[in-house]
Amino acid sequence: MSSNDNPAPPAATRPDPVFTADAVFFWEGIARGELLGQRCADCKKLTHPPRPMCPACHSVKRETVKLSGRGKVASWVIPRHPAPVGFAESPIVALIELEEGIRLVSNLIDVGPDAVRGGLAVEVRFAPTRGGKAVPVFTPAKARARG
Amino acid sequence: MGKFAAIAGIGQTEFSKNSGRSELQLAAEASKAALDDAGINPADVDGMITFTIDGNDEIGLSRCLGVKDLAYTTRIPGGGAASVATIHQAAAAVTSGACEVVVVWRAMNERSQYRFGQPMVPPSGGVVNVAGNGTGSLLWCMPFGAQTPASWEALATQHYMETYGVTNRDLGHVSVAQRKHAATNPLAWFYGKPITLEDHQQSKWIVEPVLRLLDCCQESDGGVAIVITSLERARDLKQKPVRIASSAQSIPAEVEVISNYYHADLNMMPEAHGVAKRLYAGSGLAPRDMQLAMIYDAFTPQVLKQLEAFGFCKQGEAKDFVKGGNIEVGGALPVNTNGGLIGEAYIHGMNNITEAVRQLRGTATNQVAKMTNALVSCGMAGAILTNS
Repeated sequence: MSSNDNPAPPAATRPDPVFTADAVFFWEGIARGELLGQRCADCKKLTHPPRPMCPACHSVKRETVKLSGRGKVASWVIPRHPAPVGFAESPIVALIELEEGIRLVSNLIDVGPDAVRGGLAVEVRFAPTRGGKAVPVFTPAKARARG
Repeated sequence: MGKFAAIAGIGQTEFSKNSGRSELQLAAEASKAALDDAGINPADVDGMITFTIDGNDEIGLSRCLGVKDLAYTTRIPGGGAASVATIHQAAAAVTSGACEVVVVWRAMNERSQYRFGQPMVPPSGGVVNVAGNGTGSLLWCMPFGAQTPASWEALATQHYMETYGVTNRDLGHVSVAQRKHAATNPLAWFYGKPITLEDHQQSKWIVEPVLRLLDCCQESDGGVAIVITSLERARDLKQKPVRIASSAQSIPAEVEVISNYYHADLNMMPEAHGVAKRLYAGSGLAPRDMQLAMIYDAFTPQVLKQLEAFGFCKQGEAKDFVKGGNIEVGGALPVNTNGGLIGEAYIHGMNNITEAVRQLRGTATNQVAKMTNALVSCGMAGAILTNS
């Protein structure tokens, strides 16, 4: 995907996210263009996947925090066969370890398999889904404007 | 502990790609065969255990077998992670006195009726309730194109491969050894069809750069059943008992089934380490005491990671351990001597347990000499079976 906005991009085909009741905050944040994490309101432990109780202090008080969106590639693959549903070309699926210490499954964009390696620095972008929602995806951090 | 459970009978249907009959019929035929093998009247079964995702009801199977009065039923989540856990829970039920004769079964038309290998995408977005099968976190994968078991497993493995310099060619040694075993096993789908490392390397990518077609298990139709009772009772039955020396489950913190991306060290399989610790402590045995390892092999990397977790080689060294005939019959540690889920059939791990029983009875097609102890593992559960 390029950063060129013209002409209009083709209609999104990516599947919409499906989630449990305890992950609603995450996907509402993504829809607003925000990558949010869940933190315990009492002991401040950050958790992913989200859950209704803190595993450290057992508080059910939660708060959302805006994440930096910066991280590194922990693992990556390209599903070839059968072709993933909703993708014109096989995406690079990656496990991203965020600066804050949690991991997310996502995609890498703007980079080919030859340039991907474990530890590659990445930062978040947002990609539309077929039902008008969005998901977080990641691009190599060097693509970011310096400074 | 003085009280042991034993495997008294094993049974199965043929393994195929199109059984031509209902899953319940497969379950009933396999269960009847296992009970016949044990010499137990089906009416006397009083315990039943299967996977949460098995498509058959306990009551339906009881009606087929003419079971008089079921005293105990339970189901285990986690897909194939349930396989050896059925043995663990059957042993617990029998030794606790909850019931006396447990039939464990798994029966599926997983090729002709539905296919686990096809992309799985929920039809519409939004909030869902997916609890109960142990795989709820797969939701975090699907909108990113990771929609198959192969893609989930591969993502959990690429990090490990990069850390230890494991190549896809290294993984091929597992497939070659197991297909060699299947080639001489008339019950195996791939009977008479060994492969070479070059065949493996020329098979198409399923998930690059981790899994080729020949790194993946089959999709199969078939049923397998196992009868567990007390060691005391088993001694009076038809077969020489296979004693469950130790059995265990382990689900360490932040571990999950197949999309196992959230625990501390991605180079390890903490659940298998947890199972190993419990099995060796529970039996007083060590890796060197095993003459056979039957290891859940939905995909070849799972064999490498479990060989390391169970202490057959050091962390990161399984890629070398699987070479040079080491895991073949006659090697240092024969692994998956029926051909495994890759070579024999994919009955969700259960056919790897029955092979361990045959080996301990001395009736396996690819018989290992001087069998005393066999390790059976599906990652989140395991057992040490013995004929001593």
